[in-house]
Amino acid sequence: MIMTTLLKVEKITKKFGDLYANDQISFDVKKSEVLAILGENGAGKTTLMNILFGHYTPDSGNVSFEGNAIEFGNTNNAIKLGIGMVHQHFTLAENLTVLENIIIGRQSIFSLSLPKRQARVRILELSKKFGLPIDPDELVANLSVSEKQRIEILKTLFLDCKLLILDEPTAALTPQETDALFSTIRNMIETGLSVILISHKLNEILAVSDRIIVLRNGSSVGEIDTNSADREKIAEMIVGKKIDYPQKKKIPRKSKVLSLTDVSYKKTDAPNLSSVNLDLYGGQILGIAGVAGNGQTTLAKILSGHFKPTQGKIDFEQAKSVHTSPKSFMDLGVAYIPEDRNSDGIVGDMEIWENAIMTELDDPFFRNSLGIIDKKTSFDRSENLCERYDVRKQSIRQRSRLLSGGNVQKLLLGRWLMRNPKIIVACQPTRGLDEGAIASIQKLLLEAQQKGSAIILISEDLDELLTMSDDISVMYKGMLSNPTQTSSTNKLSIGLQMAGDGF
Amino acid sequence: MIEFIEIIFTAGFWAATIRIACPLILATIGEVLCERAGVLNLGIEGIMSIGAMVGWMTVFLGADLYTGILAALAIGGIFGLLHAIFTVYLGASQHVTGIGITMLASSLGFFCFKLILPSSTTPPKIKPFQPIDIPFLSELPFLGPAFFQHTPFTYLAILAVIFAFWLMNSTPLGLSIKMAGENPMALEAQGIDVFLVRTIAVVLGSALMAVGGAYLTLSAFDAFYFGMINGRGWIAIALVIFASWKPERALLGALLFAGLDAYQVRAQQLAGAVIPYQFFLMLPFLLSIVAMVIAAKRTRYPKALLVPFRRGERH
Repeated sequence: MIMTTLLKVEKITKKFGDLYANDQISFDVKKSEVLAILGENGAGKTTLMNILFGHYTPDSGNVSFEGNAIEFGNTNNAIKLGIGMVHQHFTLAENLTVLENIIIGRQSIFSLSLPKRQARVRILELSKKFGLPIDPDELVANLSVSEKQRIEILKTLFLDCKLLILDEPTAALTPQETDALFSTIRNMIETGLSVILISHKLNEILAVSDRIIVLRNGSSVGEIDTNSADREKIAEMIVGKKIDYPQKKKIPRKSKVLSLTDVSYKKTDAPNLSSVNLDLYGGQILGIAGVAGNGQTTLAKILSGHFKPTQGKIDFEQAKSVHTSPKSFMDLGVAYIPEDRNSDGIVGDMEIWENAIMTELDDPFFRNSLGIIDKKTSFDRSENLCERYDVRKQSIRQRSRLLSGGNVQKLLLGRWLMRNPKIIVACQPTRGLDEGAIASIQKLLLEAQQKGSAIILISEDLDELLTMSDDISVMYKGMLSNPTQTSSTNKLSIGLQMAGDGF
Repeated sequence: MIEFIEIIFTAGFWAATIRIACPLILATIGEVLCERAGVLNLGIEGIMSIGAMVGWMTVFLGADLYTGILAALAIGGIFGLLHAIFTVYLGASQHVTGIGITMLASSLGFFCFKLILPSSTTPPKIKPFQPIDIPFLSELPFLGPAFFQHTPFTYLAILAVIFAFWLMNSTPLGLSIKMAGENPMALEAQGIDVFLVRTIAVVLGSALMAVGGAYLTLSAFDAFYFGMINGRGWIAIALVIFASWKPERALLGALLFAGLDAYQVRAQQLAGAVIPYQFFLMLPFLLSIVAMVIAAKRTRYPKALLVPFRRGERH
């Protein structure tokens, strides 16, 4: 079979300030092929795609599509040539219907009519052809994440796209929805379309792509045929070094440290909880699975004292009733790794040492005789923390926002681990991190478990939950299922529960 | 007591309701267009004021009444463009810019009025639009004098509602405006210029506001004086929320408010001796607040309202 080249990218370079986001990147995409672009966050994947789709103009380099040079910085031109992009954050207007979201952009805005009837016919045709079931007249606000993604794909198909760029398409999907997406992708390939898939989830890439390109620090570090790819080797290419994967060791359960009885949260400021029951024991890792937005964050905030349940009881081993505040929960030994580490975990504009001792300001040990923060002890402690938990920094006087995601997370987790917490509430602790950082964070959590800490691990990554947890519960629409032992469950049944099965 | 109910069954009450509603209808629809695209236009009060002045002055200086409307339309569009340059292209605060436009437009309008007519103490008058009888319909009992004996400008205002309804629901531009106010990135991703769409909406909306102001000087009254808009622009801002950003509901809201206003004038005459007239003056506002509280519970703001769009940035 002769493969014709659809897209040719030659020596693309894009600088943001002094930073090379893309440095001399070249590759091509053939007709009817799935090309995966892998890389850590900040490796330059999204920048590269934004250049292809016309959001950014590169500093140098050429891109040609079917032999024609692409005009940079012009999305309209990219769309006309046949490039379609599904952004990681959907670009849909929720107040409009599916049909309206799809047809916009087809006519000039000065045209006097909207050919809705013809469009409906065509959308239904496309939806049938590619196995993307939708109701054209439904309001987008009423759709689930995977349905919204279908519309995004239909939007590009409606504009006759020949090359579809999918940016982290599985980030918010259940395993079943991911499978459905992949079968749609295969459908598209069969009809002669090409797909560029951007992701950092290795397993998925291996399952669906034909070829893989790995980016690291803005440069392309390798190109592999998926057939001959080896998982560990690619992971090393992504990170640039050998990864030390954590090994889980089970330890016997200790005494109960925390229990929630019929805890509900019914307010409008966050997803609600209804009658959540939960028991947690020392040395146990309880995994909580669920699609984002089903109440996991609310639960984490209740467990860390940020939210007060509207109903129900929280009992700690040492104290039957506590005042609800992050501080009093902290004093009882609760450590909280927030979902959004950069906005809720650290203060980016403050220096590393300041962030490192932020939770210790009550401790007279860090103050001098006048009650003022003692720099010497604080610096020592910070250096110690960074060394012990492998926070890679230039100096502890550096502003924290300059750290990479993995190092921010290690700093945060280390800050808590220094206190020997009894309970760790970890909310998406490895989300968005690269393979190397994921391994380090998981290792630190497992070490804490070995020392007897009880850990609640909230995650959307089922592989992580299955390797780390002793027991797994699933959250769905604010309800929490009874925990199942990890050894007696699997991805499929958790995935079904995430979609509402058994609730 | 029965007299208070009888007011509603007089043709005069309904005719007055429509007359009072017209400037509000035009202004509210103008504001709906702006806000639907994501731009709050607090310049409304000033734009109505300068529209009233320019429309009137054009006629006073010899042009015909329809040219007066066109002149108001144009001046509204110009101030809309000014608002759009600051809020859309430069991403400035919509609140501050809007209030600035209101102060600029209303004062500039009066300043120009005084420049052209420096010595007049009593405001000079023009011959405004006259009521026309719609053949056959105007002869109907009750309905005729209530609804079919208005000035042409009044019917134009109703046409504006139909135009806006058609624009928002059946044209690519209307769809683009709605998308620009909800998720501008979505519009950009479909290859449509968000800045252009927002600018068109603000210019068009501001032009309608100015025409709403001109209704006062060309149809309702026959003279221009300072402060004659008297808060109608601010009422329109509230009516937009009551209308859930929909042109057809803007018509309803404007009629409701105008009806209350027409009612209180008549109720005053009946009970002025017993109840202080200020109480009646307050009524439409009080009842509007109640109506707003009820209606606003269910409304959904355009998500990108007040959010400047910047190209090449993550939302």
